Amino acid sequence: MLKLEKRPQPSQTWIYLAPVVAVIATMIAGGALFAALGKDPLVAIRTIFWDPLFSEFAFFYRPQLLVKGAPLVLIAIGLSLGFRAGIWNIGAEGQYIVGALTGAGVGLAFYPLEGWFIFPLMVLGGALGGWAWAMIPAVLRVKFGTNEILVSLMLVYVAEQLLASMSLGLMKNPQGFGFPGSRNLQQYPSAHNAELIAGSGMHWGVVAALIAVVFAYVLLTRHILGFHIRLTGEAPRAARFAGVNPGRLVLICLGLAGAMAGLAGLFEVSGPAGRVSIDFNVGYGFTAIIVAFLGRLHPLGIALAGLLMALTYIGGEIAQSRLGLPAAAIQMFQGMLLFFLLAVDLMTNYRLRLTKREVA
Amino acid sequence: MDLSSINPVLLLASLMVAATPLLLAAVGELVVEKAGVLNLGVEGMMITGAICGFAIAVNTGDPLLGVLAAAGGGAVLALLFALLTQLALANQVASGLGLTLFGLGLSALIGQGYQGVRPPSFPRLNIPGLSDMPVLGRILFSHDLMVYLGLLIVTAVWFMLKYTRAGLILRAVGENHEAAHALGYKVKRIRIMAILFGGACAGMGGAYISLIRVPQWTEGMTAGIGWIALALVVFASWKPWRVLLGAYLFGGVTVIQLNLQAAGVAIPVEYLAMSPYLITILVLVIMSADKSRAPASLGRVFHASR
Amino acid sequence: MKLTQLLTTAALALGLATGAMAQDKLKVGFVYVGPVGDGGWTYEHDKGRQAIEAEFGDKVETVFVESVPEGPDAERVMTQMALDGAGLIFTTSFGYMDPTINVAAKFPDVKFEHATGYKRADNVSTYSARFYEGRAIQGHIAGNMTESNIVGYIGSYPIPEVIRGINSAFIHARKVNPDVEFKIVWAYTWFDPAKEADAAKVLIEQGADVILQHTDSTAPLAAAAEAGNIIGFGQASDMSEYADGPRVSSIIDDWAPYYIARTRAVMDGTWTSTDTWDGIGPGMVGIGEITDKVPAEVKAEALAMKDAIAAGEYHPFTGPLNKQDGSVWLAEGEVADDGTLLGMDFYVEGIEGTIPN
Repeated sequence: MLKLEKRPQPSQTWIYLAPVVAVIATMIAGGALFAALGKDPLVAIRTIFWDPLFSEFAFFYRPQLLVKGAPLVLIAIGLSLGFRAGIWNIGAEGQYIVGALTGAGVGLAFYPLEGWFIFPLMVLGGALGGWAWAMIPAVLRVKFGTNEILVSLMLVYVAEQLLASMSLGLMKNPQGFGFPGSRNLQQYPSAHNAELIAGSGMHWGVVAALIAVVFAYVLLTRHILGFHIRLTGEAPRAARFAGVNPGRLVLICLGLAGAMAGLAGLFEVSGPAGRVSIDFNVGYGFTAIIVAFLGRLHPLGIALAGLLMALTYIGGEIAQSRLGLPAAAIQMFQGMLLFFLLAVDLMTNYRLRLTKREVA
Repeated sequence: MDLSSINPVLLLASLMVAATPLLLAAVGELVVEKAGVLNLGVEGMMITGAICGFAIAVNTGDPLLGVLAAAGGGAVLALLFALLTQLALANQVASGLGLTLFGLGLSALIGQGYQGVRPPSFPRLNIPGLSDMPVLGRILFSHDLMVYLGLLIVTAVWFMLKYTRAGLILRAVGENHEAAHALGYKVKRIRIMAILFGGACAGMGGAYISLIRVPQWTEGMTAGIGWIALALVVFASWKPWRVLLGAYLFGGVTVIQLNLQAAGVAIPVEYLAMSPYLITILVLVIMSADKSRAPASLGRVFHASR
Repeated sequence: MKLTQLLTTAALALGLATGAMAQDKLKVGFVYVGPVGDGGWTYEHDKGRQAIEAEFGDKVETVFVESVPEGPDAERVMTQMALDGAGLIFTTSFGYMDPTINVAAKFPDVKFEHATGYKRADNVSTYSARFYEGRAIQGHIAGNMTESNIVGYIGSYPIPEVIRGINSAFIHARKVNPDVEFKIVWAYTWFDPAKEADAAKVLIEQGADVILQHTDSTAPLAAAAEAGNIIGFGQASDMSEYADGPRVSSIIDDWAPYYIARTRAVMDGTWTSTDTWDGIGPGMVGIGEITDKVPAEVKAEALAMKDAIAAGEYHPFTGPLNKQDGSVWLAEGEVADDGTLLGMDFYVEGIEGTIPN
């Protein structure tokens, strides 16, 4: 009979082959779904995966991959540090919102003053806001042993209400005819996180995401803290003998994740989004969890997973508008991609063996 | 301000209604987590149940068949999760999030054509004498059957976990799957069954929303209730009775908040809307002193090496 | 800066090229904030889109993307439509305002139509409907029909649009029934059927026998149907499936006439940037059939009011009207100006409670 056997070492071949197999499987299953909806499956698949990268308008879509992918990667990198150590922060969405609020708040407080120092202060404000929001579950966990999964998730809902309150009250644009939402930071040069090279999609958030990838890579492979993180995740008891202070690790991991999510929020609100509004958050904090796992919690993997996720969003929108595919079909398609990636991953760590039936 | 316009009897009665979908989904997830599996796809299973139940109820004209179909639909989606996490040994957090994405899409596709359709109305309990009693009759004896089914399931789960061999095995699997395996229990089979049960409960919770609480079908109509159910399980520290309490707290705050608004109390709505979450955090901190912890194997992949 | 120009020109050139290739057909794009199956706001915009197809047949091609979050995603979707050769793009949510302006600046030859906003450009028009005209008729019916003298009102967010509707309905309810009171509940959502249903139930439990809603799902009507003996109104869409139950009339967002007119203007080359705020008269706000539950004379009065508003003879905000604090807002015979209406942030005299902020 067939038997699963754990590989002594993860298979190098499958590490690279798995994503390819998964994407092909998704194309087949997704194609069947699209065909069932009466669309040409080949055209649909080409529209989602090929057109954003290589069609005549790719000059527009390629930079958009960075714009859409950067917040995902930035948040996912922060989360992955904690996940590796067994610290489950699933409230990045809340930290993202609060970072955007505090960062934008700093900028709006200076309006209409112009100065080079405003944007750096906003960056600081965003990072601090996200950090502080993540410190709530961190401190509660360290002081009282409270479960951080739940506290961080609860704080997402609190942050969403805070966002609504700010858009309707304190941060409402006084020249906005009573409509909710803040001033547009894109029209406030000192606070605008503009593209660094026009048309490239590169804004400070993308730069920050790149730095985060390198930072995480170095941290995990070269630094003692990275070693402690990995050790705590793989063998908590051994970690304690090695002198790791678990409380300190919780504070550091959650704090870093919160600061990065806060930064992502700040870069988004001051750049692509422009304003604080009731519906400012679009789920980056949750999608980033998926990205973190798709990237196998490895910095480079996360960068690639973030771009892949961004590709399905952008390609999915093109498919909706060109082919009339419903948004729901795209959502299902993304779900399938995820399932296949997760399922095929099995082959990296296990192999199938034909065995003789053992006598119990 | 006119607090006298709030009728406490009706308030309690509608509290029970608001809490039921949460209760169903949460008690199902509780069993799943007791078995050591963390399924974050509750929202996806709920919404799938909501549309399956709705479609069958509309097409057959029988709401009870609809509830059955909802349980089936939720379980089928849960089966997908079980295959991924138990057979393909995939990460449970990511699989669960994917399941939600998939379920939201699937339900919207199935639901095309059901907008604006009215489902057959659901039978209510009506015991002559009891249901007509003042106060208690309205609060306790004149709900739809699902409210009682929810309470029944909570009781059954509590009894099963506490007093039966099956409950013992389930907990053993969740606490230490290696040991349970060594004792000869089929860890995977038990977990798959728990996951399916969780899916069926979530599906029924979803159907409660589409068939009774609202009643209609609209895309994305569960609007995050699945996530709250998930939180509720942790809030309850994996105890069925606390799930019941938590469901009333969470369901209740919305209802009470709306009641206060309608009575003209000038409350800052956003801050009140935050309150159930803040209260939960507070309760959590207080309860952390108590040693009831998560099942030790929660979220960890199990693969029998021999 | 130079590279931007370069890219913009490239985009433009390509946009024009594709535009030229498909010159026989006008491509019209729609960006929706919700799913087309929401049964309310987006559903009605999509009906407008279908009306364009029905009207022009082979001469147009319509495309849409649903559930587009406000912000950068919306900007990308609009750009993508423009790149694909759309000549006219309708962006149907307030939050699309800045993205629309940004994208329009990059595609000067593409016409944009933004719903409910206030920022315009040479190639950006805005349009919105005077829903408060419909609210006046609702208020009239509600004031006449209520027996408990309590009217429940489900608001979404405390923004001028919603406050205007509350005031308009209240003024006309009070006019026919001096004892009527409004109970107002803010749901803080545009669309959450479970919460909307809960809000309706709460209002009914607190004695309301008429439910008005400014949220988009049919859930409040469903809740009213369950409770029995309650009347309500369709919102955004006719919601006629509840006509044999609680629904006695409705305010319908009828975008079709406007969408067809604007599409024709682009085809004829007569399109110019405009600011449209239309009501019952031009047909942007429709009043759904008033059912037989409403007494004949009330129905006749309601229809007369509708005709008077349509003809421009009557304005729902005509003095004497005081603000909630008793200060004079409009003197006898004075009519509210559009500026005040657009930014309305106060209740009129008689409404209890304060507007949250």
